[in-house]
Amino acid sequence: MEQTTNQLQEQFQQRVDEEQKIEPRDWMPEKYRQTLIRQISQHAHSEIIGMLPEGNWITRAPSLRRKAILLAKVQDEAGHGLYLYSAAETLGISRDEMYEQLHSGKAKYSSIFNYPTLSWADMGAIGWLVDGAAILNQIPLCRPSFGPYARAMVRVCKEESFHQRQGFECLLQLSKGSEVQRQMCQDAINRWWWPSLMMFGPKDDESPNSKLSMQWKIKRFTNDELRQKFVDMIAEQIKLLGMVLPDPDLKWNEQTKHYDYGAINWEEFKQVIQGNGPCNKERLEARKKAWADGAWVRDAATAHAAKQANKKAKANSLTKETQQP
Amino acid sequence: MLQQSISKLISEDQQIQYLLHLADNALILSHRNSQWCGHGPILEQDIALTNIALDQLGQARNLYQYAALLITEKTGIPTTEDQLAYLRDVGEFKNCLIAELPNGDWGQTVLRNFLMGSYQFFLYQELQQIATGQLKAIADKSIKEITYHVRWSADWVVRLGDGTTESHARMEQALELLWSYTGEMLEPSDFEQELIGTQSSYIKAAWEAKIAAVLAEANLDHPKNDWMQLGGKKGIHTEHLGYLLAEMQFLQRAYPGLEW
Repeated sequence: MEQTTNQLQEQFQQRVDEEQKIEPRDWMPEKYRQTLIRQISQHAHSEIIGMLPEGNWITRAPSLRRKAILLAKVQDEAGHGLYLYSAAETLGISRDEMYEQLHSGKAKYSSIFNYPTLSWADMGAIGWLVDGAAILNQIPLCRPSFGPYARAMVRVCKEESFHQRQGFECLLQLSKGSEVQRQMCQDAINRWWWPSLMMFGPKDDESPNSKLSMQWKIKRFTNDELRQKFVDMIAEQIKLLGMVLPDPDLKWNEQTKHYDYGAINWEEFKQVIQGNGPCNKERLEARKKAWADGAWVRDAATAHAAKQANKKAKANSLTKETQQP
Repeated sequence: MLQQSISKLISEDQQIQYLLHLADNALILSHRNSQWCGHGPILEQDIALTNIALDQLGQARNLYQYAALLITEKTGIPTTEDQLAYLRDVGEFKNCLIAELPNGDWGQTVLRNFLMGSYQFFLYQELQQIATGQLKAIADKSIKEITYHVRWSADWVVRLGDGTTESHARMEQALELLWSYTGEMLEPSDFEQELIGTQSSYIKAAWEAKIAAVLAEANLDHPKNDWMQLGGKKGIHTEHLGYLLAEMQFLQRAYPGLEW
């Protein structure tokens, strides 16, 4: 007997509530599918766009060891993009379609990557602050209800936490260095701190997608909860660097047992999301250019593969003919 | 700047020159390949080429570290891989010119990797036999990586040579451009004579056979031009290397003597 949509919906929610994984072939509400496609592809795009600001320093890394670390790190980001695109593909959207959405501006990516990387210290600050914020956002995603996403995220998180330690170590070296290096370090922290706080998204009462995502266990903590965790973590870690966070209101609150922090400039956040960040146009152009310049390469690869398949088919049919009595 | 006694040793000691030559080839090619990171035509291939750049960087580091060790032993001045990579100027680099040419399009990039990688493959195969100690160990490690680089780049040369009219035309153009830079790899300089001199004609023949086979599979005509550009091994480079080093060495030059 055919089940009604309502019954399916109930069974689905029950499985989610019991912490069972939803797999690609299972029934799922259309809105759940769309929410996941939006979230996973946005995450994948962020990894790919995120290669650009750090890629900006690969050819200028100050030592061969740092160059190797950075190159491997940016390559990891590409790998994350790959697993995430693959996870999103299981929901019935192709990678080309997702690229199309990115290039047309329909799909978003993390607004943090629209800020410029101006000095070597930015490589450390991105690792420590940006990857640090990303990890807090992502650890709960290692157990979302959707199986392929959960499995991709386990790998992503392992590598991200490694990146965060590398970023911190890069800044630690600078903090122990010359006056110029210490200034570089502080300047990078000043520029990346507030955009990192914005990575957790709008305040809870202004976050349109949160409620349903919590119910479906795609999301486990609210934006503000995660942001607070991040502030508490960084406010302690920065003491080891002997640097300061650029927030005069940052202060330990004995009652809440958390750090209080100053007001975030949400107007800036809105502007960057709307395309007015310092590097929005450059980042998107770089991706569009890579895609357009690569068109002849992809066409040639497809054409060659088709020729090879043809040859094989012909050879097979010849073998069959000769085998006939 | 390197200390004068180190520069002097480098200009006189053939073993160290040879190591720097191998290291410079690996580093400069790695630098060019790394410029593709984030800009490749296909995500999987972006990852593959970055991986190759990382392998080449690793090879360069092993060779620079070994050269630095020898220099330290011979001069008594502690020398590091970074000093060798970051504090020498254009005239002191000994890489083949083909490594420093700009990337061009994806076709030119994969073809350069194929032409250089195939040379490195036969060279390192010989080094595995005749070198000893550290250099043999480096050759043993590198050959595994280079084997993959050659397979990957040869596959791309075939795919693009055979693919579409456009890709075929682009590969012909890339071959035309790169060909006159291939001879330098196969022409041993003074500092190569002692170690690899007697093997050089074998390496040349093996390289030529490999190239001919892959070009034929890719439907690409073998270039007829046999005039070759030389100079890199003697420190006489193209105009491109100066810009590459200006970018690569910027921080070490702007803020001398710091730890990063």
